[in-house]
Amino acid sequence: MTLVLALTIGLLYGAAMYMIIRRSIVKLVFGLVLLSHAANLLIFTVGGLTRDHPPLAPEQAALPHPPAVADPLPQALILTAIVISFGVLAFVLALVRRTVASAGTDDLDDLRTTEQ
Amino acid sequence: MTLLLISPILIPLITAALCLLVWRRPVWQRWLGTAGAFALLSASGLLLKLVWDRGIQAEQMGSWPAPFGITLVADLFSAVMIVLAGLTGAAVFVYSHGNIDRFRESFGYYPLMHLLLMGVCGAFLTGDVFNLYVWFEVMLISSFVLLALGGERGQIEGAFKYVTLNLVSSGFFLAAVGLLYSVAGTLNMADLAVKLRETSNPPLITALAMLFLVAFGIKAAVFPLFFWLPASYHTPPVAVSAMFAGLLTKVGVYALIRVFTLLFVQDPAYTHRLILVISGLTMLTGVLGAMSQNEFRRVLSFHIVSQIGYMIMGLGLFTRLALAASVFYIIHHIIVKTNLFLVAGIVHRHTGTMELKRLGGFYESRPLLALLFLVPALSLAGVPPLSGFFAKFFLVKGGLAIEQYWIVAVSLFVSILTLFSMIKIWAEVFWKPASEPEQAVSSRARSLWAPVAALAAITVFIGVGVEPVFRLSDAAAVQMLNPEEYIRVVLGGNR
Repeated sequence: MTLVLALTIGLLYGAAMYMIIRRSIVKLVFGLVLLSHAANLLIFTVGGLTRDHPPLAPEQAALPHPPAVADPLPQALILTAIVISFGVLAFVLALVRRTVASAGTDDLDDLRTTEQ
Repeated sequence: MTLLLISPILIPLITAALCLLVWRRPVWQRWLGTAGAFALLSASGLLLKLVWDRGIQAEQMGSWPAPFGITLVADLFSAVMIVLAGLTGAAVFVYSHGNIDRFRESFGYYPLMHLLLMGVCGAFLTGDVFNLYVWFEVMLISSFVLLALGGERGQIEGAFKYVTLNLVSSGFFLAAVGLLYSVAGTLNMADLAVKLRETSNPPLITALAMLFLVAFGIKAAVFPLFFWLPASYHTPPVAVSAMFAGLLTKVGVYALIRVFTLLFVQDPAYTHRLILVISGLTMLTGVLGAMSQNEFRRVLSFHIVSQIGYMIMGLGLFTRLALAASVFYIIHHIIVKTNLFLVAGIVHRHTGTMELKRLGGFYESRPLLALLFLVPALSLAGVPPLSGFFAKFFLVKGGLAIEQYWIVAVSLFVSILTLFSMIKIWAEVFWKPASEPEQAVSSRARSLWAPVAALAAITVFIGVGVEPVFRLSDAAAVQMLNPEEYIRVVLGGNR
């Protein structure tokens, strides 16, 4: 399972980087979304994958053997990161709309009036 | 004393909330915001005094014992940075009275500025790596909106580059935090400092340190990751650029110094050496970029990059003197750089342009403004007896003490180029005869002068009274190089 996730993360990072260096703004945004997904999955995977042993168990439940339960912290981190990236994504989409409206193009190479 | 420690976060939050309550009355927001900024400045001064008198202060949020809960810590370095944030905030808020137009005021300019200050102060105070990420995001999202607020084409383009590169940086930071947790099993900085010093696998930690270096390097705008800065900082209104120029990149520098003194000290021969090389290249590329520019604020933006190099040079040298010099340099730089942007704003107000070619004649028409420009400009270049001279003097002394002659040579060479670049602005804006008639200026312009004069006075004061400021920087450096007190205060008696 770890191997599958590791490959997925690698694929996501590769795709994100590829999209980010494209010239279209929309693809750039997709790249940023994929980048945050890749980071979240990475935290999840390196935090250790433990099946069937949730950290919150009923009071009388038998302890698993060996006594290892899933670590809730990486998931809490991811939850926070997802919320943040959701908010940022909403802003970026609005910015894309404004950019296309005011510049009339979605080609990053044309957005250079501030750099002359 | 709990309240004082969290007040740099609470005051901007409460002020922003109050501003939102009077959303339809921008004038009320303006005065509320200004009052909040001065309250923040006073609270930060008290906090610095507390830390100076009684040592490092720490507080566990929600009373969860460290390392399980979120810890807020104020050591001298944090406290100094918060005072600087308060000072920049107060100066920029007074300046905003005359600089920000009605449209921006009525779309939440003041609450956003306070949320930005809250993010900055939170980043300085937190003792937890993931919490640092969250504060960075608070700061970033406010800065995104402030940068784009107004919606001029240049602003939107600048904002796009700024947003993209900062999001990439956040992605790296987040991944690095996750990996760090999997290696050390904790994210509390004091606990990490203990665990990483006992690590069995130093190369792995060094690899992680590189991820942090890239993430914070983008935010601090070091070579070769600085391209977003000169593309965006000159686009928003001057008050916003001054705030960004003074504070935002310095949060990146703060984070670099924090993690590379507290956490990643396993292999300084490699990591700190690399930082030193980067600092030299940052200084050089920044100043060369500045020399090729012909727009007031773009010249200043490239100088930010160049100056970042000096700040991390002290970190790269990694001795007590050099680190103290870095802290001193940050104090000097934030005040001077904010001031230069504010002066640029006054010039812009009188002429309506920032192009050096079209400006001129200010020495003749406004000698006081010329003087107020000269103080920070010469200080930036390092002319005695202003603050910049001593900042560079201590850095050079620190470099010579451990025989790093090449970086000393680079820093001195860059100083000369900085002076050249400042003289170019002087000659173009102030010395040469005016080419275009001045525009009429409204009565609110007086609020533009007060912060400029105050910051210039502080620059002179630091230059004349260098001793107490350096003692403060030195004490901060000693605390960072001996993290035992930090660890003891945060983790309490369990170690």
